[in-house]
Order: sequence, then structure tokens, then C-alpha cells
Amino acid sequence: MIKPLTGNYAAAWGARLARVGVVSAYPITPQTTIVEKLAEFIERGEMDARIIRVESEHSALSAAWGAALGGVRAFTATASHGLLYMHEMLWWAAGSRIPLVMAVVTRTIGPPWNIWTDHSDIMGQRDTGWLIMMSEHNQEVLDSIIQMFKISEDPKVFLPGIVGLDGFILSHTTEPVDIPDQDVVDRFLPERRQPYILKPGDPLIMGNIPSDLRDNVKMRWDIHRSQERAKGVIRDVDREWAKLTGRSYGGLVERYRCDNAKYHIIGMGAWVGDMKEAVDILRDMGYGIGLVKVRYVRPFPGEEIAETLASSKGVIVFDRSVSPGSAGPLYLDVLSHAYIHGVRVPIQNVLAGIAGIDVGYDDIIGGVTMFINALEEGRWPLPSKIQWYFGGGEWWP
Amino acid sequence: MSTERYLPLARPVVGVSGKTGTWRIERPVINYSKCIKCGLCWLYCPDNVIEIVEGSAEYVKIDYDYCKGCGICSNVCPTKAISMVPEG
Ligand code: SF4
Ligand code: SF4
Repeated sequence: MIKPLTGNYAAAWGARLARVGVVSAYPITPQTTIVEKLAEFIERGEMDARIIRVESEHSALSAAWGAALGGVRAFTATASHGLLYMHEMLWWAAGSRIPLVMAVVTRTIGPPWNIWTDHSDIMGQRDTGWLIMMSEHNQEVLDSIIQMFKISEDPKVFLPGIVGLDGFILSHTTEPVDIPDQDVVDRFLPERRQPYILKPGDPLIMGNIPSDLRDNVKMRWDIHRSQERAKGVIRDVDREWAKLTGRSYGGLVERYRCDNAKYHIIGMGAWVGDMKEAVDILRDMGYGIGLVKVRYVRPFPGEEIAETLASSKGVIVFDRSVSPGSAGPLYLDVLSHAYIHGVRVPIQNVLAGIAGIDVGYDDIIGGVTMFINALEEGRWPLPSKIQWYFGGGEWWP
Repeated sequence: MSTERYLPLARPVVGVSGKTGTWRIERPVINYSKCIKCGLCWLYCPDNVIEIVEGSAEYVKIDYDYCKGCGICSNVCPTKAISMVPEG
């Protein structure tokens, strides 16, 4: 059934179709309408779930996690400052190895107060142990929430997962979205699995001080190993979903017009749509360019990226957030994994779209042609390998 | 702990951190003649070391091996039946 849905309503539909039993959340722009929609589904009797209303995001994730520890499929959603307030509990949820899914509607972090999208909030969660992905459009939001439950609850993984969507660009923008039939989702998503359940009468302590610190290291090692194993699960789940619905997103990455590409753009999130448009125009202009859309930040698709970059003459990575004192986080991961796999290629970082600055295909074309022309004219590296874009054609340095 | 998966799990057992009663500087002592068997001390003890002995004249029993001497039981007792006595 195709319906016009905002990104947030698509997220709510994903949780509903996954038969989530407990929703716990605290309102924050631009997330709020996800939970409002879920409350409406529950109120109308269309969804058999309970809502837990809490006084903060720290409690929102705690309550959702508590329900998940008790054996229920649970869901929460947040953004920006709310996600930062949850940060401690993200570590607890991942460390407990309890499957759980959260939607993060990306939004700039203050100061100053700002409701528009950038990726500072979601990229700040990379070390927690959660699976983290970003969506390009509203259909991908709905599909990814259902998929994330399956990936999170796979015994090879048993880690919580974040489905990210850009604030307003997706969250409050309406697109036609195919809502799969409940029986299709039921066939795809098995009964909930989790490593253990906390229940009365069978007391378990989760997270007590370890008697041997090596056990603590092994728990971290096991999270890392499970992230690595999740790569195969993500690819399998993508193929299985494609068989049922005809929609495949490529697993961890999508390659767009990469055949015979000499140069590559790497990006993640809603503006990948603009990047595809830029690639089409650049191809028409005669530039041999392709795009690697990063879907999963964790686990990071190092192998796929290195494989694509092995034949590349130049790569430009667009980051929508920055780690001050270093560079864009996506760029840093691309650089590291290219190096790990022995790939040596010029890689440029563009920090753009930060604080919600609007970036369209023309801005992307501007950055890409500047980079390629510099390479071809022997002028690369430009004054800096890390460039800032402020919109309206203003580049630093 | 399984070799297959490393989970931060443990089973609760008595005295896992040793005899914590040695930390005590004041000992709760119950005057059973004042006790009205309300069970509040049992309910509030944060260390779960007060046991109710149904049918006994000594209705509540403190396990001094693990009582840390926080004084909460003494504080909540409505008849002031528990006094905190310095350890010798
Ligand atoms: S002093 Fe504290 S630990 Fe000891 S019995 Fe009373 S409440 Fe429990
Ligand atoms: S709180 Fe006081 S009165 Fe109540 S059971 Fe304990 S000792 Fe007895």
C-alpha cells in the first residue's frame, strides 16, 4: 500500500509493523511526531503496545532497555541534545548485549540553539557499540527499522541499533512510501531472540564489578567481534528483504554509477539524493564520477570502500559534522580503512551542511569540480585537505 | 561465563564482596519489648540483611556479618526500638 508519509511517520510505521511491544520516549524536535504517531496507533487499537512516559531521555532509553531486558521488543526515538543526554545509557544497552532499536532524527547540537540537521549527534555515538545507519529517503527509513530489529536480534549480533534520518529533510518531508503488508513483515521478522531475559524468580545481576578485569576486556572484544559479524547479517537481511519487497539498498553501502568511475564521492544521509543528481550532471559534463553511499557507519564498511577506492584516482568525502582538532568523522574512517587495506589515493574532506546549511546538487558539483580540476592540473593538495563550506559558494580555505 | 559469548552477567550469592559487617562503626541493637512487628526495618534495610522470623518473639533478626551499620532501620522504626550502639 503506497501512502504519502513523512520520514517520522515512516519510522513509526516501521516500529508498528515490527510489532514493537513497548515504546518509551521523551519529546524533542524534530523527533516528536514519531512517538505522537505511535501513541495514535496504540490509542486507536491498531498497535498492541504500551507507551511509557518519562521525564527525560536518559530515562526514555533506560525504560525501553528495561522492557527489552524483560523480553519485549522495544523502541525509542530521539535527537540532538536528547541523544547526548542518553549517551551513558547507550553504553549500558550495548554492553548488556540486549537487542533494541532507536530512531535518531539528526539535529545540530548547541550552542547556539539550532533545530536543523547535521550529523554531530549521531556521529558522537560511534564508540558505544550500537549499530548505526543513516537513511537517504523515507522508504529506506521504514524498511531499515524493520531490518534493524532483525539484525539486532540475530544471535551473531545481539547489539542495539540506531536508524538515523536527517531532521526536517526527511523527518518532516512527505514522500510516497510503500507500506508492506503485516504478513510480509511477519514472515521476515522471526520471534524475538535475545541472549537472556531478566525475570522475577530467576535473579541475575547485569553489569556487576568483574572479579577479573580480563573478562571486562573480553566483553569489549566480543562487542567488536559481533560488529564485524553483523556485516554479513546486514548483507543477508538486505537480500532477504529484496526478495520479499523488491527493494535492496546494497547492505552496508550502495554504489551509484561506480562502473568505470575515475573519481568517487562518499556521503551519507539525505543529501546522498542530491549527490546522485550531482553525479548524473557531472557524468553528462564528461566527468567519470561515481558515488559510494555509506549506509552503515557501525559496523564500518571498510572492505567495500577499500575495494571501490582501489581503482580510484581521487575521492571526496562529504561530512556533515566535524571532530574539532581532527577532521570529519566519515573522512577519518574512510582514510583509516583505505590505509588498512593498502589503498593509496588522494582523499579530500569537505565539511558541509553543518548547522543545517542547505547544500544542493549545485554546491556538491562546485566542490567536486574544484577537487577534480586541482587533481588534473597537478594543484592538489589544495591549501588544505580539509575544506569548509558555508553555503552560497563560500569555501575556507 | 561462557567462552562463546562474553556477557556481563552474574548470579547473586550471599557475601560476594566479603564480610561487609566489618565496615560497621555502629551496631543496630533491637529492643524487642518495644517492637510492634511492623516490618518497616526489614523493608528499608538497603543491604537486605534483616530477616522476619514469623511466630518468634524476636520478630526481626539482623545478620551482623553483612549489616554495614547505616542506621536506616533505626531511623525508620516507629517505636524507636532500634538503637545504634558504637562498636567496641
Ligand atoms: S544498620 Fe543498615 S545495614 Fe544494618 S540492619 Fe540496619 S538498615 Fe540494615
Ligand atoms: S521497624 Fe521497629 S517496630 Fe517495626 S519491625 Fe522493625 S524493630 Fe520492630
